[in-house]
Amino acid sequence: MASNPLHGLWTLTNRELKKWYKAPVVLIVTLIQPIVWLAFFGKSMNMASIFTNGSINIPGLNIPKQIIDQIAQAYLKSTFGTTDYFSFLAASMVAQITFFTAMNSGMSIVWDRRLGVLDKLLTTPVPRGSIIMGKVLNSVLRSLAQATIVLIIATLLGMKFNTSLTPLGFALSIVGVYAALTLLALGFSALYLTLALRSTNWQSQMAIINLLNMPLMFASNSFYPIKMMPWWLRPVAYINPLTYVNDITRGLLLGISAFSIPMDFFYLALFAMIFSTMGIVLSWRFLSEG
Amino acid sequence: MLGDSAIKAINLTKRYGPILAVDHINFEVKYGEVFGFLGPNGAGKTTTIKMLTTVTRPTEGTALVGGYDVVKQPAKVREVIGVVPQDFTSDEDLTGWENLMMIAGLYGIPKREAKERAAELLDLVELSHAADRKVETYSGGMRRRLEIAMGLINRPRILFLDEPTLGLDAQTRAAIWSYVFKLKEQLGTTIFVTTHYLEEADQYCDRIAIIDHGRILAIGTPRDLKKTVGGDVVMLQVAGNPEAAVKVLQSIDGLSDVRIVEGFIRFKVNDGSKAAPLIFDVLSKAGIRVTSIAIKEPSMDEVFMEYTGHSLRDEWGSREEVMAMRRIVRTARR
Repeated sequence: MASNPLHGLWTLTNRELKKWYKAPVVLIVTLIQPIVWLAFFGKSMNMASIFTNGSINIPGLNIPKQIIDQIAQAYLKSTFGTTDYFSFLAASMVAQITFFTAMNSGMSIVWDRRLGVLDKLLTTPVPRGSIIMGKVLNSVLRSLAQATIVLIIATLLGMKFNTSLTPLGFALSIVGVYAALTLLALGFSALYLTLALRSTNWQSQMAIINLLNMPLMFASNSFYPIKMMPWWLRPVAYINPLTYVNDITRGLLLGISAFSIPMDFFYLALFAMIFSTMGIVLSWRFLSEG
Repeated sequence: MLGDSAIKAINLTKRYGPILAVDHINFEVKYGEVFGFLGPNGAGKTTTIKMLTTVTRPTEGTALVGGYDVVKQPAKVREVIGVVPQDFTSDEDLTGWENLMMIAGLYGIPKREAKERAAELLDLVELSHAADRKVETYSGGMRRRLEIAMGLINRPRILFLDEPTLGLDAQTRAAIWSYVFKLKEQLGTTIFVTTHYLEEADQYCDRIAIIDHGRILAIGTPRDLKKTVGGDVVMLQVAGNPEAAVKVLQSIDGLSDVRIVEGFIRFKVNDGSKAAPLIFDVLSKAGIRVTSIAIKEPSMDEVFMEYTGHSLRDEWGSREEVMAMRRIVRTARR
């Protein structure tokens, strides 16, 4: 009995997923944040119109509107790699929803502990690592589903993909993006679950989430390229896995990549591996008390 | 691999910081037995169960459960035991049926067999009608019954029940015990149960261990334990200073173990009803007036008092003390 460790893993993942698809409210609520970013911020923070709204008139210089537009385009292109800021932002939203979903996975283990479910799980032959990995896997699958929805909404709102992609190329690009998101979700949910291993206090877990959430979001290339950051912030952005997922998404879907995509994948794989392993190893030690 | 005994604790010890929650305890439970752990809150009952069920590691010593060492072979132990923890552990967001199937999955029970067992167990605990309802809609008694079914899904040889009747009304308590009894009779399951209800221990357990402050003070069948008290227990109240009465009583032959327990003078005597007139006589000669007298054949309460020096019933009142103790233990665990 229980010789196959994957058996329990799927049972536990399924348990988490069940709660999710049975309560679509949760799904809708988690989608609100990226949609607000896309629809409110993305649609209003229209970089192109800042430069080309036609009201620029420098006294003494009579620059034709056409030239101003060209200059603006050139600036945008050199800064963001594209003249379409909305698409630039939308591409980063898929990583962001993944990140948010992963953060919350730490909460579920706190609840399991508080509600006694964890006590029960610990008395069954299921490997301790599976208790953590079930939650990680759940968070990965959830993230991918949510990222898909965000991508669809972004397209509806006017996200433009790399026009040179063939249908097959596009399909492969999507697969690549999903692979990157999987690695991101693996690493971050394992990290947050590890932080929550001993916690019985959901408030402190919330505090940790809020502490890391904004800084990681802003210290990445989600909203602006790294070269616009002050020098002291750049190292953080270079460590931040979000940066590399965004680079992959933009590289594959928009055709604008700041680094090399294979290197991005390498870094993400390393990140996912280190934190998953840490999560499994530490869960053997710290999941049970004493 | 069947050992001689279902459970064998060897110097089992758990320390939380400065607190010795379980202090070098030794006991054996035979296969097929209902073994009761009786003691007040905070005596170390739950900690003992947690160690026996591999949730908590002993600080010192070990135990063999189903022949396997809880420290060295925890995975083996987990396969042969079923556990019904003190807190509710079912997932409130799922139905009773889904909870059972989930636990079955964790034991690696094939789906078809799991369905059969789940249906069977729901029938046993009379929850078939509520199988497809979310657990959050269950009453306390229903949840406890579901917990028991969950603890049995792997057909354990040894079942651990931690305060299975805590906080339930008398009727539900009796029902829970009847399920426990069914298990013993029909499946031959060995049952290790903790309780602080004296009557339950007396009525349903084959053998009892009395535990207080982390130590086992006595082990035996309810009958044997009562016998060790020896004779009847008399409780007296007198007008005025009880100390003087105690001195007088101590001089009477045949009376033993005279002491003051919670305002009563308590002593043991072979035949209480015959001794009573004599005691009245002696006391009134000494100028002491008896205001009340009670003669009792020893109950588990007397047994408990005999070994621990205090009544278990009073423990129910001092909730603050218990909560304070729990807080200390929790802090120490972090």
